[in-house]
Parts: sequence; structure tokens; C-alpha cells
Amino acid sequence: MAELTAVLASTHHPFYLKATTAPPEERMPQADEWKRKVEAYRETLTAAEPDILVMVGADHFHQFFLDNYPTFMIGKQEKYDATFYNEEREFGIPKYVLDGDLVLSNFMHQGLLDEGFDFSFSHELKIDHSIICPIITVRPDADLPVVPIYTNIFAPPLPSPKRFWDLGRIIRKIIDAYPSDKKIAAIGTGHLSLELGGPRMFGEHGPDPEFDAQAIEWLSTGNIEAILENVTHESMASSGNATHGFMDLILMMGIAGPENADYVDQLDLYHTREMFMTWYPNKNDKMAEAAARSAAEAGGVTGPVYAAKAGATA
Amino acid sequence: MSKYYVNKFLYSIDRDPEWVARYKEDPAATIDRWEKEVGIWLNSAEKTSWLSFTEDERRALINSDYEWLFAYGAHFFLYLTLFIGVFSDDWTEEKGPLSYQLEWARRLAPWIGKPYPSVAL
Ligand SMILES: [Fe+2]
Repeated sequence: MAELTAVLASTHHPFYLKATTAPPEERMPQADEWKRKVEAYRETLTAAEPDILVMVGADHFHQFFLDNYPTFMIGKQEKYDATFYNEEREFGIPKYVLDGDLVLSNFMHQGLLDEGFDFSFSHELKIDHSIICPIITVRPDADLPVVPIYTNIFAPPLPSPKRFWDLGRIIRKIIDAYPSDKKIAAIGTGHLSLELGGPRMFGEHGPDPEFDAQAIEWLSTGNIEAILENVTHESMASSGNATHGFMDLILMMGIAGPENADYVDQLDLYHTREMFMTWYPNKNDKMAEAAARSAAEAGGVTGPVYAAKAGATA
Repeated sequence: MSKYYVNKFLYSIDRDPEWVARYKEDPAATIDRWEKEVGIWLNSAEKTSWLSFTEDERRALINSDYEWLFAYGAHFFLYLTLFIGVFSDDWTEEKGPLSYQLEWARRLAPWIGKPYPSVAL
């Protein structure tokens, strides 16, 4: 059976590449720290030696529109073009062509149907920055085949947080049952609190730092009960109108299971907080050492991160 | 019903460099042309016969009026990316990085603490 060697859940920040390759006079003060953290995070994936990447993201009205918007969708192609014109324009993200893995796409799709997730599917999917951002950050050689899974965190009505968790659990079950000797890593990106087009966007911090701290604790402790008790579509909207991308992080935690994370790092940026989290479902010494080394380099930790208690100072 | 049409305009303009350039150059004429060439078409052969803009919608799109679009519940992602594409570089040159975006946030400040208008259709 295939081995799930790593689960990565992170925010996707489309300006990372621009920020860290800008000429010195335009470089934001946090660019070096940001780059160090991303490169350390990358090592947590490298140590898992993946052969295939199952990637979870959400189309930002690049290919899908309100005439026909899939709630959950899987790509089933030999190749995937990536990066749309307006992403190049706004973020300076280059174009890519990624290899697919048709056998795993088909196995995954059938497994999802068998388990009660009636997925939409595409044979002409173009990938957007929700999947290319993590390629840039954790696998910049873009040398592994991918199985892309897209979710709707964007065009209401949205599926419930519970449904994202359940989907993650099912994806895990299907990966574990995949008859192959390949090593698989699951990589998904979403958001912590985020505001787009509203009064709280582009602030000095993300729109709801308290939610961010709480969210990182819940994810890094695998605490699905707390998430399902506290997180609703309405509560996410009150943390920022685009915070619903958090549900893709819940999905990734579903793939990992209700377990402590093995690597957690974060970076407070203007506009939104970055989070870098890795679980090793079948942790070996090499992975543990990589996580410890990365934590030392980047200022991350090799276990859960708890939100400060109310009233405590940072 | 035409909230969908407003979103369709924003979506199909933003994804095409030629339409973005036309919209920046002459929004009113571009909206008229877009309706004839894109808006009323489902695909290259099939028409959608019943979609059109109200006068308020047309005015908001001509004026890139994000305050009106926010209150109306057009999808924030669509007009944010399009208007950044159209205005942000000029504002950056004149008033500094993120000046367009921060002015936008400031103008919408009265919404802080209130439930936002839904982007659901
Ligand atoms: Fe996003």
C-alpha cells in the first residue's frame, strides 16, 4: 500500500515570490525572515521523500464561475497548465506545466464516490495560485506529479466545516488504501483570518489575530471538537470576509487525523498571518531530524502551539 | 437577477488583458461593447436572452464604485482584483505603494463591526 509520508497545511500568500525576489530598494523588511521560514518549511517536505503530491486548493474565480461552480472537484489529467494571466499581472507568478498522475486521480475519484463524496471532475483544469503557491514555496523544482483537488470556499453557499473535515478523513482512507509502493504527500493551502475588498484588508496585521492564534492551536493539536464547536460560516465572516479558506486547512487536518502537528511555524505579515504546518503520519528519524533542524533555523517548533490565555501578554 | 450579470462582467473583463485595457481607457463604451460581444452570450453560439444591467449597476461599473459594489454584494474578489489591475499602479506612482487599497479600506470603514452584505446570489 502507498505510504502517506507528510501532510502539509499552510496559508498561500501570492506575493511571496515577488516579495523575496524584489530588488533591495523595494524589498519589504520581513523578506529575508519570510524566505528563511519558507525554506525551512520546505525541508519538512523534502525529508518525507514524496513521489506524488495530492494537492488541495480553491480556484479564485480563475477558471470556475457562477454559471457552473463545483463544490468539490478533482483534476484527471496527464498534465496541468498553471497560472492565469491576472495572477501574472497582479502577483508576478510565472506559468508552469505540472505532471499529473492519472492512475491516482482515477483511484481517488472512484474512492470519493464510493465513500459518498460525489465529486465534479475536470479533464481541462488549469491550476491557479492556491496550488502553485505551495509549489513555489515547498517544491520549487515542480518535479513531482500532482493530483489536484479543488474546494469551494468562495462562492456561497459553502459546505460546512464538518464536511471539509470528513472529506479530509476520506482522502486519508483512500491514500492509505492505494495499491502502490509510492510515497505520497498531501499539501493543501488556505487562509487564517483574511479580508478582501472590505475595510479590514491590507492592515498592519491580519484582520483577526486572536482567531489566528486560536486556529493555529486547534490545527496543531488536531482539536476537531473545538473547531466544530467554535467555527461556523458566520464566525469566519466576522474574522474577515475571506476567512472561509480556513476550511481547506481543516480538510488537511482531516487527512492528518486528530493528531498533534510535527512542525509549526508562523509569520505575522501585513494583511494576513502566514502559517506553516506539517504532520508526519509515519514519522521516522530523518523526518524528526528535519523538523527539529527547520524549527531551529526558522524559529518554529516541533509540536503544538497554544494560543496565549486571555489577559496574558505576548 | 442582475447581480450575476455584474459578476459576469467583472469576471470576464479581469481575465482578459484586452478587455482590462479597454475598461481602463473608456469604461462606459467598454460596458456597451461587452454586453453585445460577451454579456449576452452563453457560448459562441448560444444566447442568454434575459440578462441586463440596471441603471445603478451600470453606473457603479462605469465609476469603478467599490463602495456601491460592496454594499450591493457583488463578489469582492472580482472587483478587488480588477480594480487593483486598473488603478493600483497609477496610485502607487502618485501616492505610494498600497495607497489605492488603503484608501479603499478607509472608505469602507463604516462597515467595521457590522455584518457585511452577502455575496450570495
Ligand atoms: Fe486565496
